[in-house]
Amino acid sequence: MSKQYKLVTCTINGEEKTCMVDVRASLTDMLRGEYGLTSVKTGCEVGECGACAVIIDGECVNSCIYLAIWAEGKHITTIEGLNRPDGSLSDLQQAFVDETAIQCGFCTAGFLMEAECFLEKGKIYTDDELRRLLAGHLCRCTGYDNILRAVRKVMYQRNGLPQPEEAETLIAKHAPEWRK
Amino acid sequence: MFDTGMIYEAKSVPEAVQMRLAHPDAVILAGGTDVLIQIRSGKLAGRELISIHGIDALRGVRQEEDGTIVIGSLTTFAHISSSPIIQEHLRVLGEAVSLVGGPQIRAAGTIGGNTCNGVTSADSASTLLAHDAVCELTGPQGARQVPIEQFYLGPGRTDVRPGEIQTAIRIPAASWKGCQGHYIKYGMRGAMEIATIGCSVNVKLTEDRMHLDGVRIAFGVAGPVPMRAHRTEEVMRGAALTAETVRRIGSGVLEEVHPRDSWRAPKDMRLHLCRQMAEDAFVEAVKRSGGEIRE
Ligand SMILES: Cc1cc2nc3c(=O)[nH]c(=O)nc-3n(C[C@H](O)[C@H](O)[C@H](O)COP(=O)(O)OP(=O)(O)OC[C@H]3O[C@@H](n4cnc5c(N)ncnc54)[C@H](O)[C@@H]3O)c2cc1C
Ligand code: FES
Ligand code: FES
Repeated sequence: MSKQYKLVTCTINGEEKTCMVDVRASLTDMLRGEYGLTSVKTGCEVGECGACAVIIDGECVNSCIYLAIWAEGKHITTIEGLNRPDGSLSDLQQAFVDETAIQCGFCTAGFLMEAECFLEKGKIYTDDELRRLLAGHLCRCTGYDNILRAVRKVMYQRNGLPQPEEAETLIAKHAPEWRK
Repeated sequence: MFDTGMIYEAKSVPEAVQMRLAHPDAVILAGGTDVLIQIRSGKLAGRELISIHGIDALRGVRQEEDGTIVIGSLTTFAHISSSPIIQEHLRVLGEAVSLVGGPQIRAAGTIGGNTCNGVTSADSASTLLAHDAVCELTGPQGARQVPIEQFYLGPGRTDVRPGEIQTAIRIPAASWKGCQGHYIKYGMRGAMEIATIGCSVNVKLTEDRMHLDGVRIAFGVAGPVPMRAHRTEEVMRGAALTAETVRRIGSGVLEEVHPRDSWRAPKDMRLHLCRQMAEDAFVEAVKRSGGEIRE
């Protein structure tokens, strides 16, 4: 095949950028290769794991199964765009650290993008709903509970609500003597 | 990098039709959640693509004056579920497509792709079938309309003819007015899972809410393509809302479905699911219609 290239202009983390891409490139290829945004991970590359997830026009999408040429005119956010101007971590990133929601970190950027995307809506979700909202991301290390806890914590914080009692504290309080 | 041949990008329907005629062997690419996977796996490697992703005119849900609900073929699952028109009139479809994959897949996958792929497990298919949806296909001669049941030709084969693309899914007013439905997806996990069986049932009750004015029952994975249980529907018309009616629906559909063994589930299990899910979806649809099942 004769090589086919195209100029693609899009807004990445708030800055308008243009580059020449091979039309066969995925958005992952473009973000990592052209812009050095290596938070976007190359995991399964078939839409199953969410390690490559980025926010496109307000929606979280797997960039591994999205053509780079489709990014024309779009607004794209990666984890690099979440950092505060002084380089410090966002509340959500800090919660992931505090709750040990990170081990190897390969899945982390994807989870953060997804959570940013739905927390933005300012709703309170049940644990079951949160699990469904995070279901498009695989983590081989943490066992998910700490991730859920970190997201839930920020959800309450951002909505100005007190943290609900953790299940463990509830059990400790109400469990019969023999279970303590 | 995807292993593809040339990629043609259509910005309008006429442009897509021209490209289809000029490159008859090229694969249509919408949201890419099937096609790009198959390019990665090798099944479609090296093929030329016609990307219709940029035809924004094919996105969105609208309603025509006569009540027909029109879903542009490029509308994503996420946008179908969040559409006020769907939430008000066709809640069951919004719920069905919210069970597809995970959030990122629902933000990318389109209803056009979910029907044109000809896949029996497609989560939108049974509900569309159960509402006598009509596919709008646009080609060099203009648009034609095909009832969705006839649109499926065989596993992986649909009635998209040379030069055509699917431009909309239409659900006529008579197909949804006064109807309430329910979709059940049975999978091994709660998300990121292909249906072992999918079942969509909707009912229309008589004015006194004591009898069935009509019932429509559709399945995914109960045959090579999504299918309806027409005979059972016919027999049950006018039936009273009783436990006996529920049982007859369950045994009726068993005469019509023909699922097969696969690594996901044996045939016997699928048969059991067809019966149970038809009954459960029916009971829920009756409840949603304000009816009550009596002994
Ligand atoms: C991780 C993962 C999980 C998934 N889970 C589910 C699930 O739970 N349930 C489910 O039903 N599906 C699931 N899918 C499959 C897929 O997301 C859906 O089938 C989706 O609807 C495909 O739409 P698309 O726009 O991405 O299609 P594409 O991949 O772009 O196209 C699919 C097929 O339809 C044809 N086509 C597309 N649009 C048109 C058109 N307008 N006119 C003519 N032909 C057209 C293409 O040529 C191709 O053959 C999953 C996929 C992935 C990757
Ligand atoms: S790398 Fe994109 S979903 Fe796994
Ligand atoms: S922290 Fe290792 S995959 Fe999630």
